[in-house]
Amino acid sequence: MMKFRFRRQGTDPQREKIKQELFAFNKTVEHGFPHQPSALAFDPKLQLMAIGTKSGAIKVYGAPGVEFTGLHKDTTAVTQIHFLPGQGRLLSLLDDNTIHLWELVAGAPREVGGVKKEGVVSLQEVGNYSLPGRPGIESCSATRVTVLLLLRSCDLLCIGTEGGGVYFLQLPRLSLKDNHTLLQDQVTQSLPDDYRCGKSLGPVESLQEHPQQSGKILIGYSRGLVVLWDLSTRHADQLFLGKQQLESLVWERTGNLFVSSHNDGGYSVWPVTSGNTCSHQPVTSTIPYGPFPCKAISKILWRTTQTGSPVLLYSGGMPRASYGDRHCLTIQQDKDHVTLDFTSRVIDFFTVHSTEPEKEFDDPSALVVLLEEELVVIDLQTPGWPSLPTPYLAPLHSSAITCSCHISSVPPKLWERLVNAGKAQQGRQHTHRSWPICGGKNLAPPPKQQELLLTGHEDGTVRFWDASGVALTPLYKLSTANVFHTDCDPSEDPQDPSDDPDMQQEEEWPPFRKVGCFDPYSDDPRLGIQKISLCKYSNKLVVAGTAGQVIVLGLSDERSDHLVDVSVVDLLQDREGFTWKGHDRLEPRLKPAPFPPGFQPLVLVQCLPPASVTAVALHAEWNLIAFGTSHGFGLFDYHRRNAVLARCTLHPNDSLAMEGPLSRVKSLKKSLRQSFRRIRKSRVSGKKRTITTPTSKVQEANAALAEQEEVAPVQRRIEPRSADDSLSGVVRCLCFADTFLRDGTHHGPTLWAGTNSGSVYAYALEVPGVGTGRVCERGGASESSVCVEAVLGKEIQLMHRAPVVSICVLDGRGKPLPDPYEASQDLAITPDMTNAHSVLIASEEQLKVFSLPKVSAKTKFKLTAHEGCRVRKVALVVFSSTAQEDYSEHTLVCLTNLGDMHLFNIPGLRPQVRFRVCFYLISPSEYERFSLSAKVITEPLFSVQLDRPLEPTPAR
Amino acid sequence: MVLSAVPQPTSQPGSRMSRQQQHRTPLKLTDNVVEVKSKFEAEYRRFALKKNGPGGFQEFYRLLQTIHHIPGVDVLLGYADVHGDLLPINNDDNFHKAVSSANPLLRIIITKKEDEPVVFGTNSLQRRKKGLGLTGLRTTGSGSTHSKNKPGLMIGLPQNFRQISSIIDVDILPETHRRVRLHKHGTHKPLGFYIRDGVSVRVTPQGVEKVPGVFISRLVRGGLAESTGLLGVNDEILEVNGIDVAGKSLDQVTDMMVANSHNLIVTVKPANQRNNVLHRGSKTSVGNSGSVGSAGSTGSALSHDSPSPASQSNPITASNSIAEGDSDDEDDDGDVILENDCLTPYNSHRVTNSNNTNLNRDSPNNRPHNSTVVRPLPQSVSLPNSIGASLSDSSTMMSSHNGNTASSSQESMREDGNIITL
Repeated sequence: MMKFRFRRQGTDPQREKIKQELFAFNKTVEHGFPHQPSALAFDPKLQLMAIGTKSGAIKVYGAPGVEFTGLHKDTTAVTQIHFLPGQGRLLSLLDDNTIHLWELVAGAPREVGGVKKEGVVSLQEVGNYSLPGRPGIESCSATRVTVLLLLRSCDLLCIGTEGGGVYFLQLPRLSLKDNHTLLQDQVTQSLPDDYRCGKSLGPVESLQEHPQQSGKILIGYSRGLVVLWDLSTRHADQLFLGKQQLESLVWERTGNLFVSSHNDGGYSVWPVTSGNTCSHQPVTSTIPYGPFPCKAISKILWRTTQTGSPVLLYSGGMPRASYGDRHCLTIQQDKDHVTLDFTSRVIDFFTVHSTEPEKEFDDPSALVVLLEEELVVIDLQTPGWPSLPTPYLAPLHSSAITCSCHISSVPPKLWERLVNAGKAQQGRQHTHRSWPICGGKNLAPPPKQQELLLTGHEDGTVRFWDASGVALTPLYKLSTANVFHTDCDPSEDPQDPSDDPDMQQEEEWPPFRKVGCFDPYSDDPRLGIQKISLCKYSNKLVVAGTAGQVIVLGLSDERSDHLVDVSVVDLLQDREGFTWKGHDRLEPRLKPAPFPPGFQPLVLVQCLPPASVTAVALHAEWNLIAFGTSHGFGLFDYHRRNAVLARCTLHPNDSLAMEGPLSRVKSLKKSLRQSFRRIRKSRVSGKKRTITTPTSKVQEANAALAEQEEVAPVQRRIEPRSADDSLSGVVRCLCFADTFLRDGTHHGPTLWAGTNSGSVYAYALEVPGVGTGRVCERGGASESSVCVEAVLGKEIQLMHRAPVVSICVLDGRGKPLPDPYEASQDLAITPDMTNAHSVLIASEEQLKVFSLPKVSAKTKFKLTAHEGCRVRKVALVVFSSTAQEDYSEHTLVCLTNLGDMHLFNIPGLRPQVRFRVCFYLISPSEYERFSLSAKVITEPLFSVQLDRPLEPTPAR
Repeated sequence: MVLSAVPQPTSQPGSRMSRQQQHRTPLKLTDNVVEVKSKFEAEYRRFALKKNGPGGFQEFYRLLQTIHHIPGVDVLLGYADVHGDLLPINNDDNFHKAVSSANPLLRIIITKKEDEPVVFGTNSLQRRKKGLGLTGLRTTGSGSTHSKNKPGLMIGLPQNFRQISSIIDVDILPETHRRVRLHKHGTHKPLGFYIRDGVSVRVTPQGVEKVPGVFISRLVRGGLAESTGLLGVNDEILEVNGIDVAGKSLDQVTDMMVANSHNLIVTVKPANQRNNVLHRGSKTSVGNSGSVGSAGSTGSALSHDSPSPASQSNPITASNSIAEGDSDDEDDDGDVILENDCLTPYNSHRVTNSNNTNLNRDSPNNRPHNSTVVRPLPQSVSLPNSIGASLSDSSTMMSSHNGNTASSSQESMREDGNIITL
């Protein structure tokens, strides 16, 4: 009682201090590919690349490990980015017609984990500018910026607009040179009459500075006119009277010619000879994929090489009828002609080439293409132009991610074998040239431990990523499709184009080459991976999927051809009246299949009905796997290859689970309601779009009010959860534990399962060789004949019936039990088996600790009743102190549906810290990395050498 | 129904359950016979009753009088239903209900009418034992009313009903607000209401301000909420089980209500302000419609509404109702734990469980192995806080548990303070 009284005394300063030494919230990096990229830029001096996104983020990347982000205040799409080379400054143009200037600044040095760290370089906005509308023509798009050109001197920014005017902005002050503005009328004056024909020249499509003579810029207008303009004399040097609608312009390095690309899919080469003020025709004009109508060439690059003929790179230009839907980029040099065929839209591209003025040629070394879903880099120096693997910006979502699993402290041996298996896999596909973008210097110390991120994908693959550092790099890819007999024969390598007859036919013209790994189309959605569990000590992996398949895999360094054992477990047992109307189970491959080095399947267990697996647990020491679906759960002994237990968790009234995901009973009503809501919503949002430029505040308010009245209010029903709510039988979590279920003195293997309706089942297991309180060496021949047995010990029905999110057994000291093998291999402290154990059951609404074996409630925290938020995910995490070397605490970390992180101590379940961080799924292609520990933080740490002194952040 | 259905040897009035009697009726329990155990004061009687014969409440009443040898004594009959609630038997309907719900034993409790009346209702058995409950409050004056009941209008006695709702904390709430407690447990009616987003008008020093609020949008016909008459459409919801909903989203409020649905306490500002309870007037707690003078509260709702006193006095009111809502005896440890027979514990270690086994042996037939349907029968289930647990064995367990309860409710109060660091 004294203890409690003491604890009630509000905040304890001692405890507060410890908390500060344990917990600290840091959002560090984002892994994966930015969602909806919209702009690309490259700084050849600093060797940095910037990517802008539709949500207003600018991400800058250099050498692996060097990356930083800037976020615009508004979430408006970034349409263009331009570096001020060497200065560590960049300009961004947003969709709302504003221009922003950003600077690299050094953050203030801070103390992290007791170590003083140098300030992290970050990107900060220092100014912004938007062109004033011309008086009289309000709200017209005349001053909408179309292109930006930054002069090499970096002191002047030329802005081309929709109205055809070119404005000049002084840098870095961002002030308009008012009297220098070049309006279209000035240009039209010098045009021959027959070209003028009364029409406007259209928006400025391209601005390019003369590569040799500074102060001269090339202005291309949409209608086709190109003007070489002298900034100092404010006079048109030369006119090029193009007739075809212009898309882009590019200078040749010498400045003797330039190339224009056009709307009709053609490009023209124009000579620039002084004296000739007006050229009517280009030297050459080509439509590469003609003669039939082609799509526009949106951007063209012309790079000279020492070897002779220039390299021509352009995007688009495909024959409209036959390949109009392809996303292509062509590389052409002499007779070499490759049409890179991407799976997603080309946003922008650039080449890495020598820019020093003393060099005679461009000599491009690499082509960097930003696509909507991935970044592709082509090595231009190796014959055949192979692609380079990217060390960052990995397209995690190359096939939709269906689940993920993070493993820390990976043993070095397993790590090495995974790396080798991965190397064997990708060896033939890529060149091994060094990464061309190498700006900045990574100062981060090598990671103390290896971390692994496993992602399961819709196409049945599991990808292993190195998550130890700032950059997430692919290690190894495991495909489970070859365990099954599918329509497309997986033995043929789809990446090898020569095998594909379809592809060979296309080889003729245009010479397509598939590039990139983003593939949103899944051959068979049933292959999708739903749950992953890896035992890092025994190298056993369990992978479970959409069609009720559970595959046990073992790591092998040798290639192997073998037949996978198949077992079918009926989870419905003797329940009657259930008809499964969902998908069929996958057909196992009957012939032995070749399995490359890496994880190779040993056993396949298929659940019946083949509903998606919702929970899986692996205990490699007992050779047991447990798996659950919406119908029940099963226990399988993969050593003896026999099913130990199958338990149905269905409620008799549960129609949805009975019929599978395509139930007509409930879903029709639901989908009707949803579609009506959607219609209503879209109508509302459609309305919103029309009033993007409100003329007055009153109107805006009126519109908002009208909108409010129109929408029927959202209603929510208040009803306690009942046993027959749909999908109440879904098994949400499974766990193995060596604990006290029968009585307080004899412990033994147990299996715990929790369902969607707040039921928890606890089974006592008889594992041969694993006695009560002792673990015997297994392997005796006599033992293998004895079977594992499971006996139902306890059933707990939580009163509030909320879904059980997690179950975890705590030892006598209130610490979670170690993983299998951890204790027996001396990798963890042996659990306390002398004092009473307890079980922590986390439901969506409450956290609760029950004592064992009696299962009486000890402590609880009613999260939903207090906060109104629900538990999404919980994990038990060890936090180490920054102050004391050997002090650590086990903490329950809980992510809620409001995106908050709540931390509780165990087993007391007292709230420690709450971080309001708003974690929501913002993009399907990225992981956000954050750390809650004050001690262990994986964050970028690097330096960038600038031309200007790097100023520390002004104190805010 | 043949009500003379041979009572067990019960000849000596006033005798406690004698040894001979205790030979546990080896009578074969066929489907149409109900085992009845009736209690009057300290005496028990056991007898069998035919389930589906003709007969009604009056006959049963007389039978009990005969069996207990109390002819002419006015008594009230009650029975324990499957949830452990004490429910009245005073007409044919609820008598049949009682007989049909006997499972397998029908427990009858007989009280003298002159005694302090029993409170029927949710958890009433347990509440009586704990000395909690609203007995004191509710019985004031009820004795006199019933004796002077006019024969013309048949109004049931309060004790003939199960409590489903109440207005609480009238003395600490402003008149414009109402705190309603809904007892879902035990009824089969749905709670039956919907909530929605809306705009609430508040008077602040800066003037009238529109703030988002949550309102009751719909009452389901025949639902618990509608049947209480205490909640109405467009009532603004201010608190849920003592927690202010200001600044919370509709989904959050929904989740909070669902999480508390077994013992829901909502503080509302009724849209109809004319039926408010007068503050310091009478002690009556249940909505006495029309009795309030119109002068007091029909004035502008706006002026009453200024910075919600309820939310200001939150520390007090919150702890108050949390203590009620959260005090473990209500909803929470209603978690049902089913022990399994098949799991043979090591025999030497059956110190604490011995009583359980006895209970189990009592009724092995209704414990099918692997049954998914959880039947909260006192015999087969250990409900930590209800009748089952209060059986003789677990006195130690109970005390320890109670200690726990106290401490954890203290904790939860502490958690409600501002200890949470950000």
